[in-house]
Amino acid sequence: MNKISLFFIGFYLLICTSTIKAQSLPEQDIMRSNGKIFVVMGVVVIILIGLFTYVNSIDRKITRLEKENLQK
Amino acid sequence: MIRIIAPVSPNFATLNTYMIRKYWWKLLSFVLLLYTCVYGFYVKVPKLDDRLQESIRNFFFHVPMWFGMMILLLVSVIYAIRYLRNPTIKNDAYSSAFANSGIVFGVLGLITGSFWANYQWGSPWSGDPKQNGAAIAILIYMAYFVLRGSMNDDEKKARIGAVYNIFAFFMLFPTLWILPRLTESLHPGGEGSEGNPGINGKDMDIHMRTVFYPAVIGWTLLGVWISTLKIRYILLAEQKMSNE
Repeated sequence: MNKISLFFIGFYLLICTSTIKAQSLPEQDIMRSNGKIFVVMGVVVIILIGLFTYVNSIDRKITRLEKENLQK
Repeated sequence: MIRIIAPVSPNFATLNTYMIRKYWWKLLSFVLLLYTCVYGFYVKVPKLDDRLQESIRNFFFHVPMWFGMMILLLVSVIYAIRYLRNPTIKNDAYSSAFANSGIVFGVLGLITGSFWANYQWGSPWSGDPKQNGAAIAILIYMAYFVLRGSMNDDEKKARIGAVYNIFAFFMLFPTLWILPRLTESLHPGGEGSEGNPGINGKDMDIHMRTVFYPAVIGWTLLGVWISTLKIRYILLAEQKMSNE
């Protein structure tokens, strides 16, 4: 298990626990305020993190290939 | 004294290969976009006449696509000119990769634009001069890829591609900046609306500007990052071909 997937699992658990807490206090939850706009914000942020993780992994792969190519 | 006068020629080629592998600007892009995607939902937006409501926040996502596209295509045409002056594989790889990601941004801008327009103007495509102009500009660039794809000879492909790239870039300005402003447009800046947003940047609300400019920089840097990945891929493939 690498660090990135651990990070995502931690992030997901964090969101889950915050929703469990929210179910007991539905009115005071920030995620349910302002027409639930912050749910959209959360989705956008998750997509952004996923996208950057993916681009970063491609970057690393290419860097590795370039290093291998130099050693030849 | 002579040393001061002597022309300093920054070696772009070495600078580029150096910058491509640096991480700070990639991290900067991530931080700026995270800021955009979080603060972009929080920031106080002007109410105006309440037709836009909260959808005015699309300014942080839809508009930077076009800014990013124009910057990436500008870089692309600069490398096309550089290729014509100094025909190397590297210059051609830069030129084509930047054109590629620029057009991805343009297509995303077109899709997000029609999605927004569906709820704002009543239909996804209302034949607005700016919509048509953007579509024409993208089609002209599509022809660039068709042209490149139709040739097997690499040198010929690169040279004709570079010449066409210059033509395509100079069609971008009339279709996006000039023609839509000469007639009535649903977009800001057409005839009948006040001021020209291309010249008068002060029209935008001060709070919105604190998100909008970081958003433009962040999205553009992401485009540059993806372009550099494509460039490195092309150059690696080229190296592999010549080794075999």
